[in-house]
Amino acid sequence: MSNHETPVLKAEARGLNFYYGEAQALKNINMPIYDKKVTALIGPSGCGKSTYLRSFNRMHDLYPGNRYEGEIRFFPDNTNLLGSDVDPIEVRMRVGMVFQKPNPFPKTIFENVAYGLRVRGENNKRVLEDKVEHALKSAAIWEEVKNRLQDQAPNLSGGQQQRLCIARALATDPELLLFDEPTSALDPIATGAIEELVHELKKRVTILIVTHNMQQAARVSDYTAYMFLGEMIEFGKTDQIFIKPQDKRTEDYITGRMG
Amino acid sequence: MQPLTTDEIRIVIAKGKFRDNLFKAVGIFCLAFALLVIVALIADMVIKGAERFTLDFFLNFASRRAAQAGILSAWVGSLLVMLVTALAAVPLGVAAGLYLEEYAKRNWLTNLIEINITNLAAVPSIVYGLLALGIFVYQFGFGQSILSAGLTLALLILPIIIVSTREAIRAIPAMIREGSMAVGATRWQTCRYHIIPYAMPGILTGVIIGLARAIGETAPIITIGALTFIAFLPPLPFTAAEGGATAGLFDWVMSPFTVMPIQIFNWTSRPDPAFEVNAAAAGFVLMAMVLSMNAVAIYLRYKMRKRIKW
Repeated sequence: MSNHETPVLKAEARGLNFYYGEAQALKNINMPIYDKKVTALIGPSGCGKSTYLRSFNRMHDLYPGNRYEGEIRFFPDNTNLLGSDVDPIEVRMRVGMVFQKPNPFPKTIFENVAYGLRVRGENNKRVLEDKVEHALKSAAIWEEVKNRLQDQAPNLSGGQQQRLCIARALATDPELLLFDEPTSALDPIATGAIEELVHELKKRVTILIVTHNMQQAARVSDYTAYMFLGEMIEFGKTDQIFIKPQDKRTEDYITGRMG
Repeated sequence: MQPLTTDEIRIVIAKGKFRDNLFKAVGIFCLAFALLVIVALIADMVIKGAERFTLDFFLNFASRRAAQAGILSAWVGSLLVMLVTALAAVPLGVAAGLYLEEYAKRNWLTNLIEINITNLAAVPSIVYGLLALGIFVYQFGFGQSILSAGLTLALLILPIIIVSTREAIRAIPAMIREGSMAVGATRWQTCRYHIIPYAMPGILTGVIIGLARAIGETAPIITIGALTFIAFLPPLPFTAAEGGATAGLFDWVMSPFTVMPIQIFNWTSRPDPAFEVNAAAAGFVLMAMVLSMNAVAIYLRYKMRKRIKW
């Protein structure tokens, strides 16, 4: 990682609070997300990191009783992703997501990747084929599936399924890609492949990744945020967070004294 | 307390095993009893009705003479009524179930509706018959027709279809729905590409079980006034009708009709014992229709579930 370039803002949380009904899950979060960088969210279970991540594509809007306060500004157009005038579908068209457990649709490999394009009204076979191939290549799974695009996706191995889900998210060229513990259901080899992919992908897309695994955060991210009990305790460059944390709580977590 | 010796442990296990076996015996007895009843019932109908299992029985209309009487108008009537029932109940039930699961906000109103759908399933079928007599037969002027009967039975099985649709939708993991929404799909796109296709095995099963229930219903059909003695078939589309006219595509829905259970009921109430043979034979045919519908439901569920996995 180069230390000399000035990072460009892609998104910024400003005074973000989040409530599941009465329970407050996020407390006054302020944090920048830098363009074409990988930002890792770490913290013990229940600290709110997944809740925070799922605010970026308004996933909470799918369920009743959830409420946001504050803003997530999205650049360069300075849209407030949480604004009541902004349609959650518009947000999800710009912000892709990869889930904790691979969740391919029970359809063919091709249809899984083409889905986002179909949703956008693209039905031209040539265009679909081109974009599906491109997305599968970007997700480093093309070589494994190119001869069986019409096979059912759930027949793939777990690691392949997860890369397919990444391809599905990439097919529509998102500006920001959210990863919610993408390797927690995978074996070490599949995990390595995903981590390598994340590293490769940041050339073209901004990445926000939640992880339980601190080595993973250290390996793949440029910036790291430590969350605890719904609060953002510390945010900084990954080396600095892991080598010289400023906050005692961050240090305790990283050194394994807590969590 | 002293730890148990090996011998004592064995005694404890033996006691437990004895109760295990006791329950096993009771369970097998209960199961055998239930199975025996249905087998006896079917066997009885087969034996009593044996002499009527000829092609003529299926191709003859009702008759005053038992030996020549057949079930043509009854089985054709049953099939046509089922067709109307399915065409009315499936879109209504599936759309209602889909709306409740995927669109409706969770509030007191939805809860009230849900409770009442469950209540609807428990309404005695004769009550549906009374309702239909007032609304379909007289108010809408459909008369004592296949249309009236089909719509009545559609009302009757609507709760079954709604409930099975909802259960099938609920069995789809939330992560599939989220995966679809996360790429920017609308609720309808999610329903069209995912929810409806993946729920289809469950929905179809519910539809067939509902139809199997409807095909055996007697009370509401009698209430709306199905005739018991019909010696003609509903007009086939585009064939010659009375008065030199040509039957329209949908003329058959307004035709008088009879159905299997009513034909059976009619025969059992005749004084001549020869008609009991007809009743037994027709009873077996009806039973075979219901069982084969259930078999189709089981097969479809098995076949389609195998293809859809998460």
